[in-house]
Amino acid sequence: MTTQSLETAEALVELRQVSFGFGGRKVLDGVDLFFPRGKITTIMGPSGTGKTTTLRLITGQLRPDAGVVRVAGQEVSALDHAGLFRLRKRMGMMFQSGALFADLDVFENVAFPLRAHTDLPESMIRDVVLMKLEAVGLRGASRLMPAALSAGMARRVALARAVALDPMLMMYDEPFTGQDPITVGRVMKLIRELNDNLGLTSILVSHDVKEIMAISDFVYIISQGRVIGQGSPAQLQRSDSPWIRQFIRGEREGPAAFHYPAPDYVEDLLA
Amino acid sequence: MNPVRRLGRAGLNFFERLGRGHLFLLRVLLNVPGQFLQLRLLATQLYSVGVLSLLIIGVSGLTVGMVLGLQGYYTLVDFGAEESLGQMVALSLVRELGPVLTALLFAGRAGSALTAEIGLMKVTEQLPAMEMMAVDPYRRVVAPRFLAGLISLPLLAAVFSAIGVLGGYFVGVGLLGIDGGAFWSQMQSKVDFYDDIANGVVKSVVFGFVATWIAVFEGYDAVPTTEGVSRATTRTVVHTAFAVLGLDFILTALMFGGI
Ligand SMILES: Nc1ncnc2c1ncn2[C@@H]1O[C@H](COP(=O)(O)OP(=O)(O)OP(=O)(O)O)[C@@H](O)[C@H]1O
Ligand SMILES: [Mg+2]
Repeated sequence: MTTQSLETAEALVELRQVSFGFGGRKVLDGVDLFFPRGKITTIMGPSGTGKTTTLRLITGQLRPDAGVVRVAGQEVSALDHAGLFRLRKRMGMMFQSGALFADLDVFENVAFPLRAHTDLPESMIRDVVLMKLEAVGLRGASRLMPAALSAGMARRVALARAVALDPMLMMYDEPFTGQDPITVGRVMKLIRELNDNLGLTSILVSHDVKEIMAISDFVYIISQGRVIGQGSPAQLQRSDSPWIRQFIRGEREGPAAFHYPAPDYVEDLLA
Repeated sequence: MNPVRRLGRAGLNFFERLGRGHLFLLRVLLNVPGQFLQLRLLATQLYSVGVLSLLIIGVSGLTVGMVLGLQGYYTLVDFGAEESLGQMVALSLVRELGPVLTALLFAGRAGSALTAEIGLMKVTEQLPAMEMMAVDPYRRVVAPRFLAGLISLPLLAAVFSAIGVLGGYFVGVGLLGIDGGAFWSQMQSKVDFYDDIANGVVKSVVFGFVATWIAVFEGYDAVPTTEGVSRATTRTVVHTAFAVLGLDFILTALMFGGI
């Protein structure tokens, strides 16, 4: 699949020529990203290249310095507060840190979006919450407080909470990090099932090459603010670009930078 | 940076923050009426902001009242006016010490906790997560806390003054042997409802507004790091103290000073 066919295939989310910086330091520099409906699209790239930032641009928590971000045909940065909230009710996001509400137990965390946005009776809320928790294997933990969860468990609760309202678009920020191999398999299966059964569009941010290659329909690799590679997992495996090969195989040396921009190392030590 | 530029920068930062603080207040106030539709949230906050402050307010009120009783007695007795002790204790508490000390204690007990709680919610991405779920943190997190502080502080000040009067009674009548009937009747005839009590209540309402505003704003505006939250907590206590003492002078001048 080429970029051309992706653009014409209907994209639920699209970023066109988007640039963004935090106070002078450019994080994204004119990137084009398209996320087709019904597919799982992954963004990968070194730590600190702006993957989380990209998700925050899509959700309208940040506004691009240049370029447009469109979700379901609406330009995100043009929406007012109410419009943005309407859109967000249809998006689910699993935060990298979990971001569970510390004063609510696991059950109430998952119930939170349901209570905020629906008038479902208590018995129905209970059923939905328990179903979502069962899917992430934590139904038994429903009365624990977030402080009593391990990092991996917290992230799975965050996943259950993010899908509570059955959104049209799911974003997962590093869903596999900190999970044991068995759970990784379960979470992958869950992401796939949610995507296919509910007709979701999924955006995944991850470093875990093996998992990405198994689960994604399409992959973008970004580094230093630019898209340096894209394609289906099979295409990327076959690619002979040194950037992509370095990334896919996890080679230590190569063109992609591991370091945050810094002055010359030797000069710095001798200074 | 040279000193002049630094001064200019500090000035700009100050006014920028002041502006942000007022816009913040506006958004909070717009969300206050809606709080009466989510009474459970308000009740929870009233409990943690108000009820949990009762002990420190009660103990402080009692000690301050007892000290007032002792100190007042030794001055009044020289003029043979120790019967007026009740009046003196009550007026000091209701007009001045009740609202001011309650506000200062409130900043240390409840205000700092509000700042730290909201700041930490920011650090742990709970506020962004809430916004992602299309729930407004102003309505859900900030406004209930603000309203709870606004309601609690005047009530706490009333408790402080009432217990303080009992402390004064205990020392004056119980220990120093003033006539109990004189203590109460002097107080009753000399403490005016409008001039003294109502003005004291106005003070405590103003202090409650300012102290809670500072506390929730510092939390919401905190730099989302461990250090940022600890600085914000300190600022809450310091700024509230300055604001309360400064406003107290102005209000006292307006109410009692004949200016
Ligand atoms: N609030 C902020 N203020 C200033 N700079 C920021 C802020 N948030 C992120 N950055 C910078 O933006 C860059 C991209 O951050 P981002 O969180 O998007 O990285 P990431 O690709 O998600 O990395 P990771 O894989 O480690 O999560 C980083 O270099 C970071 O230093
Ligand atoms: Mg990230």
